[in-house]
Amino acid sequence: MLAAEAGAATSAGWFLENAWLFPAVPFVSFLLILFFGKKMPKKGAEVGIAALSIVFAAALAAGVQWIQHVNDAESAHSTEETHSTEETHAEEGATTEEGHSEEGATTEEESHDEGALAVGGGRSAVLGPVLAVPMAEEGEAHASVPPVVTEWISDWWTVGGIDFQVGTFVDGQAVMMLFVVGLISLLVHIYSTDYVHGDIRYTHFFAFLSLFTASMLLLVLANNLVMFITAWELVGVCSFSLIGHWWEEQNNSNAALKAFLTNRVGDMGLLIGMITLFFTAGGGRTFNIYDINVAAASGTVSQTALTVAALCLLAAVMSKSGQFFLHTWLPDAMAGPTPVSALIHAATMVVAGVYMIARLFPVFFEGMSIAGGSINAVALIGALTTMVGGSLAFVQRDIKKVLAYSTVSQLGYMVMALGVGAWTAAMFHLMTHAFFKACLFLGSGSVSHACNHSFDMKTDMGGLRKYMPKTHATFLVATLALAGFPLMSGFWSKDEILAGTGGFGLSEKANGNYQLMLVMGLITGGMTAAYMTRCYWLTFMGEWRGANSPNAHHGAHGHDDAHATAAAHGPAEHDTVAGGHVSGHDAHDAHDVHDAHGAHGGLPHESGPRITTPLIILAALAFVATFANIPGQFNFVPEGWRLRFEHYVEPKGEYFPTISHAEFSPIIAIISLIVAAVAAGAAVAYYRRAEAEDPMATELANGPTSKGGLPALGYKVLANKFYLDWLYTDVIVGFVKGPLARAANWFNQNVLDGIVNGTATVFKRTAGFTYTVLDQQVVDGVVRGSGIGASETGGLLRRMQNGRVQGYAALMFAAAAVLAGVFVLAV
Amino acid sequence: MKDFLNDWGLTTMVFLPLVGAVVMMLIPKAEEELHKVVALLTTLVVGVVGILLTANFDWDRSKDLQFVVDKGWIDVIHSRYTVGVDGIAMPLILLTLLVVPLIIVYSWNHFPEPHNPKAFLILMLVLDTGMLGSFVAQDLILFFVFFEVVLLPMYFMIGVWGGEDRQYASIKFFLYTLFGSAFMIVAFLALFFVTGAETFNMVELARLVGENDVARNTQILIFGGMFMGFGIKVPMFPFHTWLPDAHTQAPTQGSVILAAVLLKLGTYGFVRIALPILPEGAQWWAPIIGGLACIGIIYGALGCLAQTDMKRLIAFSSVAHMGYVMLGIATLTDFGINAAIFGMVAHGLITGMLFFIAGSIKERFHTLEIKRLGGLLKQAPYMGWMLGFTSMASLGLPGLAGFWGEFPAILSAYNPAEGLNVGLFRFYMFVAALGTVLAAAYLLWLYQRTAFGTPNEEFAHEHVHDAHVTEWIAWLPMLVLIVVLGFLPVLIFGMTSDAVQVVAQALGR
Amino acid sequence: MWLNQFLVLGAVLFCIGVYGVLARRNGVMVLMSIELILNAVNINLVAFGAFHQTPAGQVFALFVIAVAAAEVGVGLALVLLIYRNRSSIDLESVDLLKG
Repeated sequence: MLAAEAGAATSAGWFLENAWLFPAVPFVSFLLILFFGKKMPKKGAEVGIAALSIVFAAALAAGVQWIQHVNDAESAHSTEETHSTEETHAEEGATTEEGHSEEGATTEEESHDEGALAVGGGRSAVLGPVLAVPMAEEGEAHASVPPVVTEWISDWWTVGGIDFQVGTFVDGQAVMMLFVVGLISLLVHIYSTDYVHGDIRYTHFFAFLSLFTASMLLLVLANNLVMFITAWELVGVCSFSLIGHWWEEQNNSNAALKAFLTNRVGDMGLLIGMITLFFTAGGGRTFNIYDINVAAASGTVSQTALTVAALCLLAAVMSKSGQFFLHTWLPDAMAGPTPVSALIHAATMVVAGVYMIARLFPVFFEGMSIAGGSINAVALIGALTTMVGGSLAFVQRDIKKVLAYSTVSQLGYMVMALGVGAWTAAMFHLMTHAFFKACLFLGSGSVSHACNHSFDMKTDMGGLRKYMPKTHATFLVATLALAGFPLMSGFWSKDEILAGTGGFGLSEKANGNYQLMLVMGLITGGMTAAYMTRCYWLTFMGEWRGANSPNAHHGAHGHDDAHATAAAHGPAEHDTVAGGHVSGHDAHDAHDVHDAHGAHGGLPHESGPRITTPLIILAALAFVATFANIPGQFNFVPEGWRLRFEHYVEPKGEYFPTISHAEFSPIIAIISLIVAAVAAGAAVAYYRRAEAEDPMATELANGPTSKGGLPALGYKVLANKFYLDWLYTDVIVGFVKGPLARAANWFNQNVLDGIVNGTATVFKRTAGFTYTVLDQQVVDGVVRGSGIGASETGGLLRRMQNGRVQGYAALMFAAAAVLAGVFVLAV
Repeated sequence: MKDFLNDWGLTTMVFLPLVGAVVMMLIPKAEEELHKVVALLTTLVVGVVGILLTANFDWDRSKDLQFVVDKGWIDVIHSRYTVGVDGIAMPLILLTLLVVPLIIVYSWNHFPEPHNPKAFLILMLVLDTGMLGSFVAQDLILFFVFFEVVLLPMYFMIGVWGGEDRQYASIKFFLYTLFGSAFMIVAFLALFFVTGAETFNMVELARLVGENDVARNTQILIFGGMFMGFGIKVPMFPFHTWLPDAHTQAPTQGSVILAAVLLKLGTYGFVRIALPILPEGAQWWAPIIGGLACIGIIYGALGCLAQTDMKRLIAFSSVAHMGYVMLGIATLTDFGINAAIFGMVAHGLITGMLFFIAGSIKERFHTLEIKRLGGLLKQAPYMGWMLGFTSMASLGLPGLAGFWGEFPAILSAYNPAEGLNVGLFRFYMFVAALGTVLAAAYLLWLYQRTAFGTPNEEFAHEHVHDAHVTEWIAWLPMLVLIVVLGFLPVLIFGMTSDAVQVVAQALGR
Repeated sequence: MWLNQFLVLGAVLFCIGVYGVLARRNGVMVLMSIELILNAVNINLVAFGAFHQTPAGQVFALFVIAVAAAEVGVGLALVLLIYRNRSSIDLESVDLLKG
């Protein structure tokens, strides 16, 4: 591939060209931990942390080099721009496209160039004006920045004279993900050394964290779809084995199986989608993402094919990124250890689907006609997911499940953003969400650490702000970010998405007018604020309820002993330990921490530094990320500080469609702010009132759940003095928290889960029928029948063999007579 | 050296096991250790010959037959002793060379009842000759002879060393396969006569069929005969019912060799004989084969879900996996046929491995009933890990060998050879993709019930020995190969690609 | 004209022989009946030989007589052995060939 050579020729930077390092380092760490981990002083954790430190440092270096790479490309562009403009004037009919392809020649194959030129006539008409506008305005943007494509193995596999390569594809999007994955994985490693300390499979845990990180980085860097699906499934396997980390209990292994199988359904879509792309956009010759993107963006590929491919890929996104209606596995996946939930099921793996849409954006852009502005499947699925996830989060008692549904909801935001063409907003939200959601999950682990190792907010938590100041502060910051509190990163990323919908013409330069998406996004924003307030309140406000909890003593004794013993004996002797200690644990939370130092039975306590430090770093990032993408209209900020994320992360070149960037819209920002504030305020009011009645209460004793129904008393309320109180508690929170959420939960548990279970039952029944009737009786019957037939015939003939010589002689004479008769007649 | 290999290499490789068997016949039955050593040494020497051949194989000409020997044999019917190797046969030969010694090592300390290592190992060596011979034969009659040579040792292996229902299973296996062979030999003879009764050489026949313009209908009929012969061996739905019985009753070693090599004789027959010689027949039969393959994929998976016996479940999974191989062949494309050959090797390693583990579980727990097992990871963690790893490979996880048999096969169904119904094959593609979901379901279901959880009450206090040394030696190479082939599929594709291209071009693509 | 008479004689003898083979239970009688069949053939051979003016018929007849003598020798020996073993030469009871 010339792209590779070109990348090397321009010398983009060592880390960008040698990106194989990123997955290779954690993979080596995986092997080391797997084979030698148990003999190491820290049981393998040190290898994992060392590997991740290298990865993170390399990711930072890659980030710096990428920024340099973009700047180089731009300065090269601006020197050439004058030349290009002259040429444009000289050749009259030719547009900037001409100049573009000339530069493009450095980035891709000759043949492609010809292709691009061949369609250039048609395409430049579209591209020309669109390109011209931002160029005129911003001056420096829209230099084509070639991605750094390298090849590690030139013939990974080969069929019919076509070689398929292994290689890396590094651009801003990938570098951003390298940073996010590297950082969060490193923090989770550090956190885990304390959190799963003394666990029965401590070494195994770190081995799989390393393998997961390697696979995720491979996914990020994959330069072709076969590598992509490889990494995609590998992260699924890591997720499977980490959800089922405590596989002794059926619940956990069930959750692991559910996760893997649901994902497998989506993988079917990925498989078919990528095959379709291979034969259409890839021309039956290549799986390379770059080539497929160029072909899809150029408009030479049939729209139908792209639509089919996009729909198939969307199925994969729905399963991997927990989109409505394949999201049910994600909350169940919380059965895994909390660091796993933070790393895999919040920050990284579940965004793989979002990452894929972003990576193959031209396919979705053309296939779904995103530029058209009418509702498309991607946006619709995303929008539905935000609402489903958000509403379900209200009725959860388990703090991790609240966060899980919240993750579903936020992933919906990202998908919706991509569906409306707000690419940068989606990626920005992906990053900010990774920070604050990882912080929330790790915080919930820290809380559970203190509260009888339980995750139940109603029985074991409450009032923790007094006992755990650091955890409280970081959790609060992350909650504010998630809820969309101004100046927090979550506010800006969410606002960009809402502006990107361009609904009702409230924001300039959006790709279309997605009114429904805007409305749904706003509603979810409100829900998010409310359920996070609820979550925060139940955990940190009020009085500590854990002393009277049924879990209070459980956590302190039984299982700690069991695992401590098991760990002391070493895994080689599991079988001897197994018999005696299996009865002690009945819920995943009982396992979660096995640290004997805790003051169990006493009051909650703050966690150790290895747990709080990652929390503080993540909380800080949840705030700092704000400055990554300051809106372009904020003229009080220097030019070089605005829209940095968009500038460096968003691809520029032929492999990316020309999308329009929505501008910051004060109106939308204010509306979303109001919605969030009102929702949060309502939640606060609700719990204030509950607390006033009973300091230990977790909900209003005579609140909406006890009354039920939907009071439609708008007028009366206006006249009422407690208008605000009443509205917040009974109508908004009540409806959302009561019937709506319960209906959603019911739908989730009965209809959706029912379909899943029903399908399984039907298959099992069909399988039983097919096997017992069709296979054993019909198909096998034919086989056995032929055997029996032969044997019966033999039985008949056997009677003639009576052993009497005279009988034989009679037969012989009879036969001779018959033959003689035949002879006489015939002759 | 080179000359020796050219003239005698293949013959030595094929008949050395037979020599070993003869030597063993002369050794008294009581000398068990000596028998084992002789058998192992024989297969290892055969392996060395195979490695020398591989080293001297000219990879740039992998599409041509190499080490060809062509000597008179049965002049009356123009049948000659013609052997040779090309890129298509190479992977399967190497698979055979690997698997047989591993099985002998595995057997070292646990021969199934009624023991008798002498007879068992002699049969194994005869099998070795039959299998290797089938892969190198370039003459239809020679191929047929080797093909049939394989039957008898396997029959005895199941019938003598098998489980409770061994009589039924062995007879079913023998008769069913023989039934197919009858059609096959008739097809071979018909081919001989329609091309002018000149030769049984496969290459020559392919040329003659083209030159003589053998009528399409004749081709279809002859292909049908071969289809019966090879299809039963594969086995394809609806001819698969012998397989679960044979697998369930066979001793572990028999199951492994059956899964690893014997089934491949059928698919190899399609690629080597049926497709190149009868392109027009193949065109007509392709949609039918593809359809049956897809039914097999789904049907095998459903069958697995209904099983209560671990070995039977794995046997049914073979039906599903061979469905992918046949689907690949049915597309008549480069991608499909390459996938099929890769799938054969991968299935051989993976399913062979699954049967190994199942055999070892049976040896320890004396049952394979899934609901009585559980907690294998606790009682024998290494075996539990290996079972998990192999299950993952079997469900077609990318990065492990199983994926490369399935993925290009599904890929090829998107765009089958010219003249085939594209819509139909895309439907097949969808069905095959659905099969991957079901595969994950039954394999993980199996894994959850056998390896996760806690051991069943009845076994909870038993001491279960984790993998023995002999088991490690037998299993490690297979496990390593599953990973290596998964990471570097070019190791197989590189061998087959050129040779397959020739076949695919002959099919008009 | 005269050939017919010999052939009729032959046929009659043959039929008697066949009847004897099929119907008699005594082993010796069955052997004698076989002799009858052979002699019926001999008559035919000699008759045809004379009719066609060739000695071949008589030559074959002599062969048959020689073979028949040997056959009777073996046959009687068999019968004797059967009698010794079973004290009976009833063919009904000799059905060891039964499948």
